Amino acid sequence: MIEGLDLALVNWSRAQFALTAMYHWIFVPLTLGLGIIIAIMETLYVKTGNPEWKRITKFWMTMFGINFAIGVATGIILEFEFGTNWSNYSWFVGDIFGAPLAIEGILAFFMESTFIAIMFFGWNKVSKKFHLTATWLTAIGANLSALWILVANGWMQKPVGMVFNPETARMEMTSFWDVLFSPMAVHKFLHTTSSSFVLAAIFVIGVSAWFILKGRDIVFARKSIVVAAIFGFLASIYTVATGDSSARSVAHDQPMKFAAFEGLYNGSEGAGLVALGLISSSETDPSNENLKDFTLKIEIPNILSYMAFMDWDAFVPGINDLIRGNEKYGIMSATEKISRGKLAIEKLKAFKEAKKAGMVAQADSLKTEIMSPDFQKNYFSYFGYGYISDPHTLVPSVPLSFYSFHIMVVLGMYFILFFLMALLYTLKGKIHKHRLFLKAAIWTIPLAYLASQAGWVVAEVGRQPWVIQDLMPTMAAVTKISAGAVQVTFWLFAIIFTTLLIAEIKIMMRQIKIGPKSEGGPSHV
Amino acid sequence: MFESLSLITLQQYWWLIVSLLGALLVFLMFVQGGETLFFSIARTEDEKTLLVNTLGRKWEFTFTTLVTFGGAFFASFPLFYSTSFGGAYWVWFAILVSFVIQAVSFEFRKKPANLLGAKTYEIFLFLNGLLGPLLIGTAVGTFFNGAMFSLDDMNRVTWGTPFRGLEAVLTFHNLALGLAVLFLSRVLGLLYFMNSIENTAIYERSKIQLLYNTVPFLVFFLYFVIALLFKDGFAYQPETGAITIEPYKYLHNLVAMPVNTFMLLIGVVGVLWGIVSTLLKGGTKGIWFVGGGTVLTVWALLILAAFNHTSFYPSVFDLQSSLTIENASSSRFTLVAMSYVSLFVPFVLGYIWYAWKAMNNKKISTEELEQEHHVY
Repeated sequence: MIEGLDLALVNWSRAQFALTAMYHWIFVPLTLGLGIIIAIMETLYVKTGNPEWKRITKFWMTMFGINFAIGVATGIILEFEFGTNWSNYSWFVGDIFGAPLAIEGILAFFMESTFIAIMFFGWNKVSKKFHLTATWLTAIGANLSALWILVANGWMQKPVGMVFNPETARMEMTSFWDVLFSPMAVHKFLHTTSSSFVLAAIFVIGVSAWFILKGRDIVFARKSIVVAAIFGFLASIYTVATGDSSARSVAHDQPMKFAAFEGLYNGSEGAGLVALGLISSSETDPSNENLKDFTLKIEIPNILSYMAFMDWDAFVPGINDLIRGNEKYGIMSATEKISRGKLAIEKLKAFKEAKKAGMVAQADSLKTEIMSPDFQKNYFSYFGYGYISDPHTLVPSVPLSFYSFHIMVVLGMYFILFFLMALLYTLKGKIHKHRLFLKAAIWTIPLAYLASQAGWVVAEVGRQPWVIQDLMPTMAAVTKISAGAVQVTFWLFAIIFTTLLIAEIKIMMRQIKIGPKSEGGPSHV
Repeated sequence: MFESLSLITLQQYWWLIVSLLGALLVFLMFVQGGETLFFSIARTEDEKTLLVNTLGRKWEFTFTTLVTFGGAFFASFPLFYSTSFGGAYWVWFAILVSFVIQAVSFEFRKKPANLLGAKTYEIFLFLNGLLGPLLIGTAVGTFFNGAMFSLDDMNRVTWGTPFRGLEAVLTFHNLALGLAVLFLSRVLGLLYFMNSIENTAIYERSKIQLLYNTVPFLVFFLYFVIALLFKDGFAYQPETGAITIEPYKYLHNLVAMPVNTFMLLIGVVGVLWGIVSTLLKGGTKGIWFVGGGTVLTVWALLILAAFNHTSFYPSVFDLQSSLTIENASSSRFTLVAMSYVSLFVPFVLGYIWYAWKAMNNKKISTEELEQEHHVY
């Protein structure tokens, strides 16, 4: 089915998608969170009539505008890359995946792009209340656009609400609501947006801390910190809650990913949580370089079982259980899944050949068999395994998943403490005396970006080799094109995005140095 | 409501929506056309800033329409999305790169410490204005002239040339459409400047440029339309799905679909009236006639490409791989679900119109920019 597969092509296509997605995700979380923070600040301006809040709103709006532009620039590539580099995937799932993307455009992007113009240029053209509404609608539009793309991503992690149609050789939607309200999609949306709010709040506090350290625009900085710290604290608590429920979804639907990011090689009842660990460079399984043990680990007994299944003694399968199978706990071996997947592919091939040869009766009989609930459940649900030749390739990179996950979690805990301290110091009116905290606040900005990127590494590297869990491996999704062509576009984007990122950082730093301005003057001077 | 419609009706309904988005995109490319005119219209830095800011408040509409056009195509005709984007790799990436560099250029151009300098961002805008309409127009030309792809029984695409879509420029009929769209976007850009800017010198220079750009637009557009009427087209048999070459197919389509033909004529008249009346009588309303005419004309042309049993994305490499609205569409269930979403479109158009009016009720001027907080 994927004759003449070019691994270099697959790897370059993955690299290009990872590059564009990671660049895009540098800018998106700030847009999502800062949009809401700006709307809160402007609400305070409209409610109190205090012009200081208008000045504060306009400063953060300038930051928002710079960041928004480059977020848009990197985003358009992502949408079209599904077609340019993953065309087999686009056809296979277009019937389901395309709908959220279109709804995103119709309902969210237009809201964002219509009202952002009023938000930036409407101060002197529309009423205060209309302007405030436009600001809120811009923020809501941005977050709504995240909803739809995350619904699509959630579906890739846990395909629901569809059936395979052998005639068209693709997945077809049977329930829009199942796709929209899939627990995986809901958790993903809530966790991703709340973590974006955390990042934006840290950005506001970090930049404001710089002003206080420099002894300028103190009122502006303190007011900004109060808003961001309250917003950030609430968002960070919610991020932990949604992260917890998200991890439970993963444990249930993507046990291999769960085992990889928890570093669990051998499953057990009452499984312990590796709170901190150092993965050994020695290999525990010579046939697979991904399977490495720990040199050092701090493990808390039974916690993992409870976190995954709300039961202190529940069995949590490890990587070895998922590959070799575990009869006691009803876990099918990878080899068995592969043979079932191959059978599903063979049936589909036979159906296509019968159709081509005009053997109508045989084709109809094969179609009935393929579409039967029994075949769909027991064979077709392993369709993607049919492309796999070595079971060990079903294990994602454990070190990358494990470290990314733990970096995200540890930083997430630190952020809660950080917001609490920021709020406490500001409300006591003594934040200017805590210079060490203010310096730490500036350095927390890159840590927020690190945590945010690490989260996506866990989500996307952890689900490898699947582009659609169990149904389509990444290697089968790629467009048939020369690896050289993808290399060219990879480097093209690497150069363009890096240049634009440097420009953005320079512009932002200069705007921060210029600081909030008094009313009237244009923002570019 | 939509459940009672037949599959072919739903497919046609979605083609109408996608085509309308494409038509609106061409109208909104007045932003791209305007981007190619900064150097020829502006004489001073202040004038250039005025032009940039006039377009800078609208560029996101064009951008969003392009993204929504792509998303809607993906949702309703995923086989086109996977075939064209996966196949014509270089063409689509050239278009996308031109939009990437546009997206930052308005915001970054005048900001201090912008790394590349204002001139570079102005060149980025010029490149977007040149390549966007030209390449999109040329790519749409392949709807009538075909592309070099084949599909296997799993609908996976293979492209017939190593140029991955760039070979489309070698067909003059495609290129003529690209050039017509480019000069039309410049005409629209000029009319938008005349409509939205409070500056007599810019108005007069735009009027002169209007004439210079109308001539090549008409030459390429008329060539495209006349050649279309006489060329062979790609028909399909609804019973078997077989694709055949039919002489004068698009002429036959015009005759078979009189309402669409009427819409095409109204559109062309609207475009011509908008241009001619502005050239002869002056005024600022030309953009609405030409804009409305553009939407009707492009919409009618895209309907012509797909209705009346016509392949909208023919393959000249493997004729039977050609795409039709019947074989390239999403499933019935998805089309029905998406059709409910389409009910929001009038509401979206309504708030866009309201916001547009609120922002454009007063012409933009240098004095206003001096008072403005956010300037490009």
